Amino acid sequence: MEPIVIAKNLTKSYTKGLRALDNVSLTVNQGKVLVVMGPSGSGKSTLIRTFNGLETFDRGELSILGIKVNSTPDERKIQKIRRRVGMVFQQFNLFPHLSILENITLAPVHVQKRRQIEAEEYGMFLLSQMGIDSHAKKYPSQLSGGEQQRVAIARALALKPELLLFDEPTSALDPERINEVLDAMRRLAEQGMTMVVVTHEIGFAKDVSDQVLFMDSGKVIETSPPSIFFSNARHERSRKFLNQLDNH
Amino acid sequence: MKINQKIFLQFGICIILFCLIGILINNLTVNLIRTGLGFNFSWLFKPASFALAEHPLPYTSSDSYAWALFIGWLNSLKVIVSSLILATFLGTIIAFARTGKNSLLGLISAAYITIIRQTPLLLQLMFWYFVGFLGLKDNMFIHIKNIFNITNQGIDFSGLFFSSEFLALSLGLSIFTSAYIAEVIRGGIISVSRGQWEAFRSLGLSERKGLIRIILPQALPAIIPGLTSQYLNLAKNSTLAIAVGYSDIYAINDTIINQTGRAIECFIILLFSFLLLNLLITNTMEIINRLILNSQKHT
Repeated sequence: MEPIVIAKNLTKSYTKGLRALDNVSLTVNQGKVLVVMGPSGSGKSTLIRTFNGLETFDRGELSILGIKVNSTPDERKIQKIRRRVGMVFQQFNLFPHLSILENITLAPVHVQKRRQIEAEEYGMFLLSQMGIDSHAKKYPSQLSGGEQQRVAIARALALKPELLLFDEPTSALDPERINEVLDAMRRLAEQGMTMVVVTHEIGFAKDVSDQVLFMDSGKVIETSPPSIFFSNARHERSRKFLNQLDNH
Repeated sequence: MKINQKIFLQFGICIILFCLIGILINNLTVNLIRTGLGFNFSWLFKPASFALAEHPLPYTSSDSYAWALFIGWLNSLKVIVSSLILATFLGTIIAFARTGKNSLLGLISAAYITIIRQTPLLLQLMFWYFVGFLGLKDNMFIHIKNIFNITNQGIDFSGLFFSSEFLALSLGLSIFTSAYIAEVIRGGIISVSRGQWEAFRSLGLSERKGLIRIILPQALPAIIPGLTSQYLNLAKNSTLAIAVGYSDIYAINDTIINQTGRAIECFIILLFSFLLLNLLITNTMEIINRLILNSQKHT
């Protein structure tokens, strides 16, 4: 079976000489969870944002769900990918002027042209899975951060994606709200969802991920299974990073 | 500053203001006595005895000055409302082009805004009148199945007639104001956070749909106040109608002053006509603003 994500030597510089991505290569197979770790500014966010065309790259090869992406973006291809790939952001980015249910039904109705009733039924099903169906009629600002992020996950799931991207989904949350989001993500992984997750949550990475990819200064330092990465990381740079995380 | 000083200062300013108003009123009465006209409005009901090229309601030269002024007010309202709609439509399209991803469209709209904003409106109106519409009268006679006819008077669109003067003024005002409206709308669009753009793009929504369904509703509260002042400017700028010979309230006032010498009364009437027009615009916009804010209370 073809892997969901194949990246070969992805390179991108925002300013000349400074590389946000430096020859990044990776593969994510169906049903696997890849956790991307690294210090801030290491290029983790840039990397996963290239996967749904929010960022472009200068050189290298990228294939998402078998669709080849070039360094010069082809809008139609990007649109095709976005319909099959869900994304969850650090700042939730819910639409504040739409109700929770409207946030979720927007894309199914206007992108997939599904019937309103059908989209609402599926939306309510997703909300109940996330344990927030009682909030369907409310607006984003009336919900806590953890609830908003679970709505964002439900919104990403509404298009029945084959790949889910998480860009630091718990970094903007109060500590006591983090677990409710991580639990929802755990359940998705158990159901066999293919996921790429940028996070600092070691516990989640240990339990859920199949591979941990560690980045620094736009380079992939190492890719290891969590059992090796967290106990016996191959690279000095990775160990230093983990030590710093532990001390916090 | 101590409270005593504050009261003293305010008192002083009041005295100066009263003196100024007193001088103005004195000048006025002295001038009125000199002309021997006095201050009254009874002339309003005498026949105007001048013709009007355009009148939305029946009008002949034997009708009263008051009726002529009302016709002028209607003509003003007609050109203001139509320009307001066209300017908003044009401005929105230009703002979308300017903020969109297409760099050629972005460049064209930026050039449009620059050129329009940096040349005088009077010049633009002259351009549209003499280059755009007056030329039509002599050169072109186009008839398309009696639906769209260009004659030597203007344009006849399935029974609705638009004079060259009206078209030049309306188009000139619309294009001039649209450049400003485009910038107001662009400002509102920029005020919406980048995350909202990324969120709708990630969901596979097209740029156009995202702009209309996600960005614009959130930009409206920032757009409305600026839009209101542009509408008020448009209303006031419509008095340049006199340059292209369109009979708006200002042009008719001008004619009446020439005929009757009633400058003071006419200016008072003009003042209140515009106050009425602009209050109409401000209040309508205030209602729209409140509706939007109410529907977005939760944000």
